[in-house]
Amino acid sequence: MIETMLAGAPRRALVALALLLSALVAAPLFVNAYALSVLILALYYAYTGQAWNMMIGFAGLLSLGEAMFVGLGAYASAGLFQKFGVPPVLGLFLSVAVSAAAGAAVGWLAFRFDINGVYFALLTIAFSEFTRILVDNWAYLGGSEGLFLHVSGLAGWDIVNLRGSPVMFYYVLLAMTSGMFLLCRYLLASRLGYYWRAIREDQDAARSLGVDVFACKMAAVTISSGAAGLAGVVYAFYYNNLFPETAFALSHSIDMLLGAVVGGVGTLFGPIFGALLLTPLGEALTAATDGLRLPGVKQFFWGVVVAAIVLARPTGLWPMIAGALGLDKVGLDKVDADEKSGR
Amino acid sequence: MPATYANILISGALAGLIYGLSALGLSVIFGVVRIVNFAHGEMMVGAMFLTTLMVNALGLDPLLCLPVVAAVLFVFGYLLQRFLIERVAHLPDHMQFLLMAALATTLTAAWLMIFGPETRGVRLSYGYDSYEVGPLILDKTRVFAAAAALVVAGLLFAFFRWSATGKAIRACGDNHTGALVVGLDVRKLYALTFGIGAMCLGAAGAIMVMLIDTQPYLGPQYTLLAFVIVILGGLGSMAGAMLGGLVIGFSEALAGVLFQPSLKSAFSFALLIVILLVRPQGLLGKRA
Amino acid sequence: MAGAFLRARALSKSFRGLRAVSDVSFDVPAGAIHALIGPNGAGKTTTFNIVAGVFAPDAGGVTLDGVELVGKRPEDICRAGVGRTFQIVKPFRGMSVQENVAVGALRWTSNTREARDYAADTLALLGLADKRAMSPDHITLPDRKRLEVARALATKPRLLLLDEVMAGLRPTETDAMVATFQKLNADTGVTILLIEHVMRAVMALSQRVVVLNHGEKICEGAPADVVRDPAVLECYLGEPAPHA
Repeated sequence: MIETMLAGAPRRALVALALLLSALVAAPLFVNAYALSVLILALYYAYTGQAWNMMIGFAGLLSLGEAMFVGLGAYASAGLFQKFGVPPVLGLFLSVAVSAAAGAAVGWLAFRFDINGVYFALLTIAFSEFTRILVDNWAYLGGSEGLFLHVSGLAGWDIVNLRGSPVMFYYVLLAMTSGMFLLCRYLLASRLGYYWRAIREDQDAARSLGVDVFACKMAAVTISSGAAGLAGVVYAFYYNNLFPETAFALSHSIDMLLGAVVGGVGTLFGPIFGALLLTPLGEALTAATDGLRLPGVKQFFWGVVVAAIVLARPTGLWPMIAGALGLDKVGLDKVDADEKSGR
Repeated sequence: MPATYANILISGALAGLIYGLSALGLSVIFGVVRIVNFAHGEMMVGAMFLTTLMVNALGLDPLLCLPVVAAVLFVFGYLLQRFLIERVAHLPDHMQFLLMAALATTLTAAWLMIFGPETRGVRLSYGYDSYEVGPLILDKTRVFAAAAALVVAGLLFAFFRWSATGKAIRACGDNHTGALVVGLDVRKLYALTFGIGAMCLGAAGAIMVMLIDTQPYLGPQYTLLAFVIVILGGLGSMAGAMLGGLVIGFSEALAGVLFQPSLKSAFSFALLIVILLVRPQGLLGKRA
Repeated sequence: MAGAFLRARALSKSFRGLRAVSDVSFDVPAGAIHALIGPNGAGKTTTFNIVAGVFAPDAGGVTLDGVELVGKRPEDICRAGVGRTFQIVKPFRGMSVQENVAVGALRWTSNTREARDYAADTLALLGLADKRAMSPDHITLPDRKRLEVARALATKPRLLLLDEVMAGLRPTETDAMVATFQKLNADTGVTILLIEHVMRAVMALSQRVVVLNHGEKICEGAPADVVRDPAVLECYLGEPAPHA
């Protein structure tokens, strides 16, 4: 397993990765509370962007309902905790299961009829909105009034109950993001990863080579939504409150996929890069426009910035930067280039 | 109380015609340019603000403002396609989506900056009048609004059916390469189409102010509503959009009576999901 | 002749009332190389697609080694031992040439390293060794046709369906490709059914030829006999010139 994961990764990229990881591990020692909160947000979007990327970037499935999977995961573990006192360390299993089941249900319904592309995207939006309205009307879980978690002991490190300081959440998210990166790396190098990319490029050709398209798409949507469900646990316990209006909002989905698209869909590091770049950028924009006291001005420029990036770099920023740094052999796409000279 | 139900259903159907007209704008654009206009609702909110402004400043009836608002939206749509969307036509779906979502964000923010967060409405002299037809009571505003929606939709159908430009646009939608081969100016026709789609939702926006008040955050709601209608009727089918609008108007009214009013859009989405599952191409759509 | 390996029985298929294939039957014995020829629109590719499971026939059946193929999904037919190429090439554009072929090899192994190695060998066999790190976008059309063959071959098929893979090749390249298939057939015993317009390849490669016209089988026999058959001559020459 480790051998497949390392295959084709040049030493230079591994060193760069190790440096970045060390910097991220050490970061809480050097930054203030505000910067830490930005980093937490960045890691959250890196993780969720990676999960989303698994569907669109690897298997070519455009989901615009990522918020549904995160939201369901959030509500599952928060509900268990609040109503039955089940700690999130156990509750997360329900979260992952519920989100994965929701993903599988959407996938099963769509892929049976070969609903793809824009149609699949619209179906995911429909399901997401449907769920939002249902939860909005579900009084047991707070409905539109929101679900609030007990806030106690925000200083320590109670991992079992996910009660603690922002630093704890930071490290939890860092571990999740690293784990997600490794998982994606492993999956991409596996048979499933080859099959996903083949399906993304040409479904009929993939079928003719024995690829069970339905099963592979189901795997993509299930794994990805289950992973998003796990992010929901952190979302719930970090914010301590949940509102259907925000958790299941289309804008929440957009925030999650933004980093991945800007970083580079289909690349392994693009989602992480994109989130680490965009989140501070968004914060900077907030800071810069705060003084204007004009509601909407931040969103206005945000929209302009995103549109400009899409127009300027339709393949995302990461491939270009990776090329410039000589790190672009991280992606499996280039393994062959190595083998040409080696093996 | 069958008359009460009939009143509610008819009132729903009348609103449904306006929804249908708005959705027609989305459908025409997707059917030809193959772009899902995720900024649909936000553009429509712009049209609603413009109408409100004209009505309140000049004392005109919204239906008199309609041609002007539609024309403004036409120009906006034409330029949007020509200078922005054309450049992402070759990009994958998710890039197009993100660009349109960014546009939607920008538009909402712009409305917020220009018009403020308050709700703005128009006051109509006939706002409380109604027609009595046997046991039925029909709001005058709704009847006018629905009639206007039907007229605009009818003009559009006629345009696509009989005018040379309309036929050329349809040819573009059916066969892009073929249209290029026979020498149609596809770029211009696409821009025209986007303009016409925008004009449609501009007209719908102008009519919509007769029924509800305007505020900057309405956009996503209308975008989603138009999606539901268009998928229901069949993406790219013009008659399907109007039919989908009627169905949603009915179902919202029905859900409002049978369940809680807050669940009415859940009802629409449930309907949509069912349709996608049993007839993915929509009610009047052609199988891909 | 030993029992048929591939047997097509009375296949019929219409599209919107237009009969694309009508009552077509043929047998291909194990280890044989047969060709399916005919003018454009004769129903050759439709026949292929029925065998490969892309279309279900309106009537008739297909068996491979006695196993019914009709009703199976294309991926299951591949797993049953049928490899096919597409007349209009369908490379996986975001993957390298070698990765394209590795997808085929992953049919029988889950080890991606093994699949890549096998892909490299298969590419070498088809003369694409030096192109394996390239994107399919950057190779020539004849090379993309070879890539189609390599990919199908990598699944280790027992029956190989080749849809116009010689189109656009130079005569010397055609001869090389013919030699490759002959060697492959001799070494592995793979059964081959090809659709081909390049008569040079058909004559050299196939032991038996089935001729389709307007969806019907009009003639079947040894290549040398078929080209002298009046019905065949008429369908090729007696009509207004074919479109392509």
